[in-house]
Amino acid sequence: MTTDTVAPTGVPQTPMKAMLVRNIPTARSAGILVPFIILFAVLSVGSGSFLTKPNLLNILDQQSATLIMAAAGTLVLISGGLDLSVGATYALAGVVAAQTAQHHGVLPAVLLALLVGLAIGVVNGFISTVCRINSLIATLSMSFIVSGVASKVTNGNLIVLTSQPHFAKIAQTTFLTVRTSIWIALAALIVLGVVLSRSTLGRYLYAAGGNPTAARLAGVRVTGVRIAAFAASGTAAAAAGVIDTSRVLSAQSSSGQTLAFTVLAGIVVGGTSILGGEGAIWRTVLGVLFIALVGNGFDLLGVNPLYQQITLGFILLVAVGLDAWTRTDRR
Amino acid sequence: MARLTVAERTDVTPVAGDQPIVRLTGVSKSYGGVRALKDVSLSIRRGEVHALVGENGAGKSTLSKIIAGVESQDRGELIVNEHVVRFSSPREALAHGIATIAQELALVPALSVAQNVYLGAEPRRLGFIGRRRLAARYAALADETGFDLPARQPTGTLRTADQQKVEILRAISRNASLIIMDEPTAALSRQDTVKLHEMIRHLARSGRTVLLISHFLSEVLSLADTVSVLRDGALVRTGPAAEETEASLIEAMLGRSLGSVFPPKSPVADPGATAPVIEALEVSAPGVYGVSLRVHPGEIVGLAGLVGAGRTELAHALFGNAKLTHGSILVDGRTRSIRSPRQALGAGMFLIPESRKDSGLLLNRSVVENVTVSALKTCGRFGLVWRRRQRRATATLTESLSISASRLNAPVWTLSGGNQQKVLFARGLMRRPKFLIADEPTRGVDVGSRRAIYDLITEQARAGLAVLVISSDIEEVLGLAHRVLVMRGGSLVAELVGAAMTEHDVLTAAFSEGANPPRPTLEIAKATP
Repeated sequence: MTTDTVAPTGVPQTPMKAMLVRNIPTARSAGILVPFIILFAVLSVGSGSFLTKPNLLNILDQQSATLIMAAAGTLVLISGGLDLSVGATYALAGVVAAQTAQHHGVLPAVLLALLVGLAIGVVNGFISTVCRINSLIATLSMSFIVSGVASKVTNGNLIVLTSQPHFAKIAQTTFLTVRTSIWIALAALIVLGVVLSRSTLGRYLYAAGGNPTAARLAGVRVTGVRIAAFAASGTAAAAAGVIDTSRVLSAQSSSGQTLAFTVLAGIVVGGTSILGGEGAIWRTVLGVLFIALVGNGFDLLGVNPLYQQITLGFILLVAVGLDAWTRTDRR
Repeated sequence: MARLTVAERTDVTPVAGDQPIVRLTGVSKSYGGVRALKDVSLSIRRGEVHALVGENGAGKSTLSKIIAGVESQDRGELIVNEHVVRFSSPREALAHGIATIAQELALVPALSVAQNVYLGAEPRRLGFIGRRRLAARYAALADETGFDLPARQPTGTLRTADQQKVEILRAISRNASLIIMDEPTAALSRQDTVKLHEMIRHLARSGRTVLLISHFLSEVLSLADTVSVLRDGALVRTGPAAEETEASLIEAMLGRSLGSVFPPKSPVADPGATAPVIEALEVSAPGVYGVSLRVHPGEIVGLAGLVGAGRTELAHALFGNAKLTHGSILVDGRTRSIRSPRQALGAGMFLIPESRKDSGLLLNRSVVENVTVSALKTCGRFGLVWRRRQRRATATLTESLSISASRLNAPVWTLSGGNQQKVLFARGLMRRPKFLIADEPTRGVDVGSRRAIYDLITEQARAGLAVLVISSDIEEVLGLAHRVLVMRGGSLVAELVGAAMTEHDVLTAAFSEGANPPRPTLEIAKATP
């Protein structure tokens, strides 16, 4: 270890170095935007059917549930946690909503499903902060428990909502030529985006994830803030489950099994750090859509879907690698 | 390394008697802009116990790390057994017979004593560890050294002194001829300290060399053959321990005169005239034993002591970040139950923590966010933050602290150490506290910013803030404080006012006899004039 290779964290000495250091944050924030635009342009040119309103709206409709979950999951990641139970919560909320809707109407069904999601989120937050169980393990355990409960609710059957066609209106109504699933997702994204970037809770989330010790000494209720993030994530997962149930008018306990990973992949590809303290909702939106575009592109260009997964794996590695690389210069 | 055994070791111990085992010539080392070692030349003779003493930050640890291969010098030569060497890792140093027993022991608690001794150097055949050979080898080693430790006992169940023995056995088993011990008795009880002293003497008798770094001067004088004194990274002198006394060592460790580094002290009203802002009564917490203190408005109280004396622990106990096991804290004369930093902030306290990077700053967030995080509620309404208000509030504070406005949105890690510290002060000022604890406020801060921070503290005190300054830099404590408290072993051992506030008196109190002072101590009450 020689002194000249380790950049001191002080003021940069040379103009060149100063420029580099100052531009690292900017280069970082550009991160996902550049590949997203390139991919979008390539697909627009490469496939005639890509840049059409039906195709783009179809992508958004399909991704509405993922977007909501990923946006709330971003709060969890920024606060220094990880929520792997969202897939299971999504499934449980779907089946609870479907089951309830059959007998008690749409509104009670939706409210109950959201409440279930909120409760799961609060429990996740509580276990991973007050009980000091690593959030990865806590939410993984929770996902098994929740999945089991969902199977119990359905007895392993597919619930088809033929008796309650009104349930479809939640996500399938067209308003201003765009489906409500997309409108709901947009509303959720805006609310979560404002919370994260404009509210005190948002500032505290960054503080709690970036340096919990410092945050605590600065008077931030680190535990409370983290529980709030998990609560948001649970509620969002439930909302997503309701939306998808409404989209396909059926629900089963086994849906959403790999969803937690898809959601996490979207957040990370967007550039939100898995180590906490950094990230943004708009990044997650681009990250989720980037993955969706890759999938859509493979479909449109007729490439074997097998390669889609392999590509996704590489994209993830590059995203996390870039995060690690930009961090090495600090401290 | 795996091939070396106890049996082979005797063949390796070579060379003539009076040659130094380690020689340093003109060694210098800088960290960033700070020169930790300046042109140090030093010889360690074979078979002696050589002690290094000095104040915190005098360069003892840096020097020992260079010899141990943890760091390498910028300039100068390191000569081991008459060969010029340059170690790039502790492993290379070990290959030259130099081993370190660090303060934090590197043992696997679940493995047995014998397994830990030979960890990574087990007798092996075809990838399997020869248990019987390992046991035999350990028995031979224990026999030779006379250390009786049960071979099969898990190391985790041993007491600290015995764990150190395991480390020493490991060093000997790897053929170490020079063993570096950094503050080996700092964590030991008196009984274990005696045991370790015996061990060190034993090592010296068996022809090995010990480099001992210790804060305890009585220990140094009773164990060492030779003592080297460092001050500000330079060697003051090396000489036979028999010619030194505690007083002469303290004299040698003392530094320059105070000069004009510090702003003039504000006159403080007679402590009897004003009610204290904060008062601690017989406070005990992890690492703190029965501390009573009071700080009055406008008063700067210095808290001195060695690293590990419990100063930071006391700060955290006062600030609600450590549970009080005993005692109470009064703010403005009323007992307050403060169980979290949040409540402490609410009671009008603010802590600038010891390590700004680990526990102070949100390194990747902007200056604005770092300054406002403790007072966000004043920057908006209905749970929302108004960015313009946030920025304006920051700008007014940072302007007076001369942090350039163009940097307000830069991540705080791009700032210099001095400016980072100012950011923390700005965060504190935004809360308008009545009691400020500044733990090592100028560590790693350049001279220019240092004066700015001193001015700030003095200014705030003049305006009525009660300040507790914790520092390992005695000059800093003396230059700023109206009154100095000295801690040792978790207790306050002295209160120095007026003419008694000298480096000599602070050092004497901080170093004074015994690793374990009586606790809880009542000296504080007697010391009050």
